[in-house]
Amino acid sequence: MKFKNYLEQINGVEVYPMISLILFTGIFIAVLFYVFTADKKSMNDKASIPLN
Amino acid sequence: MTQLEKFYYDNRIVKQFGISTLFWGIVGMLVGIVIAFQLAYPDLNLGLPYTTFGRLRPLHTNAVIFAFCGNAIFAGAYYIMQRVLKTRLFNDTLSKIHLWGWQLIIVLGAVSLLAGYTTGKEYAELEWPIDILIALIWVVFGVNMFGTILKRRERHLYVAIWFFIATWVTVAMLHIVNSFELPISMTKSYSLYAGVQDALVQWWYGHNAVAFFLTTPFIGLMYYFVPKASGRPIYSYRWSIVHFWALIFLYIWAGPHHLLYTALPGWAQALGTVFSVMLIIPSWAGMLNGLYTLRGAWDKVREDPILKMFVVALTCYGMSTFEGPMLSLKTVNAISHYTDWTVAHVHIGALGWNGFLIFGMLYYLIPRMWGTTLYSVKMANQHFLIGTVGILLYAIPMYWAGFSQSIMWKQFTESGQLQFQFMETVTHIIPLYIIRGVGGLLYWVGAIMACFNIYKTIKQGSFINEEAAEALPLSQQEMPHSKLHWHTIIERKPLRFLLFALIAVAIGGIFELVPTFMIKENVPTIASVKPYTPLELQGRDIYIREGCYNCHSQMIRPFRDEEARYGEYSKAGEFVYDHPFQWGSKRSGPDLHRIGGKYPNSWHYNHMRYPKDMTPGSLMPEYPWLLEDDLDESTTESKINAMRTLGVPYPDGYEKIALQDLRKQADAISDNLKSEKIKVNRDKEVIALIAYLQRLGTDIKSK
Repeated sequence: MKFKNYLEQINGVEVYPMISLILFTGIFIAVLFYVFTADKKSMNDKASIPLN
Repeated sequence: MTQLEKFYYDNRIVKQFGISTLFWGIVGMLVGIVIAFQLAYPDLNLGLPYTTFGRLRPLHTNAVIFAFCGNAIFAGAYYIMQRVLKTRLFNDTLSKIHLWGWQLIIVLGAVSLLAGYTTGKEYAELEWPIDILIALIWVVFGVNMFGTILKRRERHLYVAIWFFIATWVTVAMLHIVNSFELPISMTKSYSLYAGVQDALVQWWYGHNAVAFFLTTPFIGLMYYFVPKASGRPIYSYRWSIVHFWALIFLYIWAGPHHLLYTALPGWAQALGTVFSVMLIIPSWAGMLNGLYTLRGAWDKVREDPILKMFVVALTCYGMSTFEGPMLSLKTVNAISHYTDWTVAHVHIGALGWNGFLIFGMLYYLIPRMWGTTLYSVKMANQHFLIGTVGILLYAIPMYWAGFSQSIMWKQFTESGQLQFQFMETVTHIIPLYIIRGVGGLLYWVGAIMACFNIYKTIKQGSFINEEAAEALPLSQQEMPHSKLHWHTIIERKPLRFLLFALIAVAIGGIFELVPTFMIKENVPTIASVKPYTPLELQGRDIYIREGCYNCHSQMIRPFRDEEARYGEYSKAGEFVYDHPFQWGSKRSGPDLHRIGGKYPNSWHYNHMRYPKDMTPGSLMPEYPWLLEDDLDESTTESKINAMRTLGVPYPDGYEKIALQDLRKQADAISDNLKSEKIKVNRDKEVIALIAYLQRLGTDIKSK
């Protein structure tokens, strides 16, 4: 039940924020790439789902 | 030969959730108005423990977040899901369990908060049995949602559905992780986490309650109702995809911005700031996407109260999501934190974004479900007007109050003394509190008008319980021949979608929380910091019960003015035995972290009896019942045991002599009070509370 100090050390905690930034940038670029290469008609079809 | 399938939308569940929304909205906002005026007129609690600010404020926040907004989310999500997925909801019984289970949670929550049963963690105050009930009902919601998605007749999941999926999975994760607590009775438990870790988990939860309860589901509502009400598709479906992934990925990291300049490790604070600033991009993409949808329809906006409300809602969303990242900058946060600026900020979101989106949605839904038109468009327009004025009258004085507080707190005289006593900074802003209360009242009057308008609309229409619709079953729909994009594939596989969303939010959670748990150096231990004595522990639980954290912080930031006013700044290692942490988030009263030893016991006794005697002009309510009620000593043993289980180093067998120690310490305080001509038995609650307050911050205090 003791919820602290399971481990005494994580080597190189500085790398954590770096990994997160790279992950986010990666996903962001992938999504942007998809979005701007996607077919215009299919985008319009999806956008009009609520109106059908 | 393809054949259209006939089926019926379930409008009853939408109606029931919709009416619950209005009911709890009126109740929750009314409590808000009462506490707003209590800050100017503390006697408004009528001398009752149940109606003090410390108990009503959690009731207000929980009621408007989980009852008003919660019911609205369910009403909207169930309405939208059926229509964009072209199917009836998965299971009517599950819908009913969801509805009544949620109302039960609200009632139990309200009663228990008034009774003082609280975990003492903001926006997660409800005790463990209710926490379990919430988890169960949330699962019912999830099953019903995924069942509906799986039996859909529309191949694509519309963007609104993604936001509902992300809401479901993230809220489940946040609620479970933040609610780990060790029960000692049906009505009392201790957080599994302590001090800095508890604070980090709590604000990871607290911030993302804003993100995934008050933002993502409402974005889902926006992506459906703005196009519907304006009769044109969303401006850019492309943006909505970027909006979705960027928003859910970034939001989860931003929690630590609530803890800037506190004892939280620096790297975690920096992480919170960076991701908070980046959040502007997806937030504004969403706002602009909504507003641009109305391009070419502005003539309609002039006439239609629904669109007007949506425009103000989106504008408020844009304002608060610009302000949020700004408040996350350390320099701005140094000014804004603990002041009423934060209160103003959240109410721009709550009243403008959530409130107006909900009222706009109800004005849209109700006439359609009753096969009629809105009873009075004029009245809805008046509601819009009075509500908008209410928001402004609420927010502007509170921004002003926030700035004033901060400037006055930090003001030094030429000779290097603090220029203002804390009390002066309070009395200075009372007129602003009153104007804010009037603003809230106006907003509430608008909500009453909405109820009346909706009631009349319902009267003039007849409810369409089962709304007929038809669509091709999925199996008979042609698959497109072209090669599918990977994202299109995800959009068609809801469970895979859920998994990706979970990964996106879990990464943030893991990276943020794990290092603080794992690395000992993150919470440097201080040799002189000792566990609370049994009496102090009991006193601490009274402090939690009365909700003192709603007005008092226990976290002195390393600023010149705070050290001059309160004493040495707070260190992470001082909180290692605090289950839960009580840092607070707002200083309607002064910080208490170094209150221990500052005043004699008699001061505290008289202060609880009649605060104005000790501090003329004080806004603190009186607590006469603490002087009369006996302390429940019977829990002492189980509390010591529970704390030891959580890692507090009480010696073996200490629980057996804890009561003896408790009485010894109580006798000493009682005797001390007697020497100052105050006769009070050692078994009164006030004795325990005094013991706790006198202990606060003394572990490392230089004598």
